[in-house]
Amino acid sequence: MDLQELSLAVQDGDDKKVKELVNLALQSKVSPENILNEGMIGAMSDIGEKFKNNEIYVPEMLMAARAMAAGMQILEPVLVETGVKPIGKCVIGTVKGDLHDIGKNLVKMMLKGVGIEVVDLGADVPSSEFLKKAEEIGADLVCLSALLTTTMPAMGDVIRVFEQAGVKDKYTFMIGGAPVTSSYAKQINADYYTPDAGTAADVAKDVLVRKAAN
Amino acid sequence: MVRFDKLAYDSVDDYIYGSSPKPIKTKKGLVIGGGEIYPELNFTLPTMDVNESTIQDALTIYSEMIEGVLKRARELYAPGVVIEFETLPPFTENPQWGIEATKILLDRMNEYHAVHGLKSALRVTPNDLREMSRPPVMRSGKYLEGVLEAFEGMARDGADFLSIESTGGKELNDEALMNADLKKVIFSLGVLGCRDMKFLWKHIVEIAGKHGAFAAGDSSCGFGNTAMVLAEMGFIPKVFAAVVRVATVPRALVAFEMGAIGPSKDCAYEGQYLKAITGMPISMEGKSAACAHLSPLGNISASCADLWSNESVQQIKLLSDMAPIVSMEQLIYDCRLMNQAKKKGLGREFRDMLVDSDSSLDPRAYVLRPDVAFEISKELVKVEDSFNRTKLGAQLAIEKIRKGYEDGALSLEKREVPWLNIMERQIEEIPDNELEFYDTIKGELDADKWLPKEYGLE
Repeated sequence: MDLQELSLAVQDGDDKKVKELVNLALQSKVSPENILNEGMIGAMSDIGEKFKNNEIYVPEMLMAARAMAAGMQILEPVLVETGVKPIGKCVIGTVKGDLHDIGKNLVKMMLKGVGIEVVDLGADVPSSEFLKKAEEIGADLVCLSALLTTTMPAMGDVIRVFEQAGVKDKYTFMIGGAPVTSSYAKQINADYYTPDAGTAADVAKDVLVRKAAN
Repeated sequence: MVRFDKLAYDSVDDYIYGSSPKPIKTKKGLVIGGGEIYPELNFTLPTMDVNESTIQDALTIYSEMIEGVLKRARELYAPGVVIEFETLPPFTENPQWGIEATKILLDRMNEYHAVHGLKSALRVTPNDLREMSRPPVMRSGKYLEGVLEAFEGMARDGADFLSIESTGGKELNDEALMNADLKKVIFSLGVLGCRDMKFLWKHIVEIAGKHGAFAAGDSSCGFGNTAMVLAEMGFIPKVFAAVVRVATVPRALVAFEMGAIGPSKDCAYEGQYLKAITGMPISMEGKSAACAHLSPLGNISASCADLWSNESVQQIKLLSDMAPIVSMEQLIYDCRLMNQAKKKGLGREFRDMLVDSDSSLDPRAYVLRPDVAFEISKELVKVEDSFNRTKLGAQLAIEKIRKGYEDGALSLEKREVPWLNIMERQIEEIPDNELEFYDTIKGELDADKWLPKEYGLE
């Protein structure tokens, strides 16, 4: 079965068609891993490229992400059954005292689009929650967002909590938000600052690929 | 409630910066909208954690900032300045801190008035903390009490203008913006936002009246400016953000219907419409607010402004001096030039240059054209209720943008154009009755994110 049709259905945001085609692909004995990589992640990669090239806007990306999620509802149990794992796991949230979550939600969408399992803790998240959830799911990445100059220091607090627990080095810390800079990332001992959601997904994927290679 | 059923101007020719039909005179004799445009300077702390152990440092920084900017205003012979103290959340969460900072600012402003004759006024803008509860609790509780306590204390101690960027409906609007879902934006703004404004501004107007302050207006910052910036980043269509801007007008107008008298808040670009409707002075921001955020409307936003603002700048050192001092200088020169143009009888020409230099390049600027604002406002005031005004505002904005594009008065990127039809179709699905609209849309709303009873629904 040609997975190009599935990829186009994801890109068009056609939930119904995506579900039909995932079912059809499974019935046709296409490997679940191929369905995921070529039909879903490939589609999101194409969508991301169109966004980077100023051909589409975020609403179209969100429609595609929702279509992918609809397909994943069917595909995920099969992936689990056959032992196919996500390329990595991530905990994401907006830090304590900050309620802004538009940017964080975009990063979440892009991370999912490259095949990362994402647990979203929401906004105004206490530092200890990041640690608790990261340890619980065995995360690879911890992604922190802040929009206010007064809440930026809370990103450092999160990292300190991991340091105090002696587990900081198990994780890669990525930070972002309007007032955040790469020098601030260095200052608080974060691993990466990324200026936008697309770059965040690229960096996250690179980190995970390198980690897998080691 | 005050009902605005006609425009405050007979002709768009009279609609110009520095002058408004209903000027305001402050305690120190500064007349806003009386002919001259004045700078409005907003400053904020450098990156720091504000808590019990750092609050004294923070207050010292406010003291240094106000001294620096007033000194520069005096050195440049500014005829008057407005200072905005837009609090960082800890200053509203702990109202006493906000009140203490207000006192520091006012003391120095009074001193400069007494010693140097510098006329000034203070706008205070506490945070709308109600969104700190998720889902937001709008009509009761500690967060509302904190906001009102901050207003009360600041007004009692002498603040001139009371403003806020209230957040009613924002809990649904953020997602609606990211999905470019105009139907949900209109619900968030026209139903939830307007209902909450009626509730909140009744309190603010009462506090202002009690202490001789001016209830000055509410910015749709979390709605219109979020859309503007998302479009600037290429996330959502610019035409969508432009339509959202016009849809924010009825929401911001509610403050004036409840008794606010201006000057409207700087980041409320919908002020361009509010002034046409109410005749009350407005503050605006543009090119000299690039220190806070980028925008496509740096000049046009000044065309009808009575105060000219920098939005906000951190206390950091630049090559010349501290950033708030730099901002003050920039604003003073902007205002000087505009006032000089008026003195020479060239005010209208200057206004038109500000307008024409931006309006053809971007729909977000185009909808701020005085003639466009006038024509849309004329239709909005014919409608009785805020919800239908919001819907109509969005419809008319689409029509104006389409016409501007077809006439060659406005450039649009190719990918923008289909969104005009998409938005029109979204509006067609909205019934004219507010409660009927609620019935049709409630199944699509995330029930975990909002509480209908906080808006008098259910």
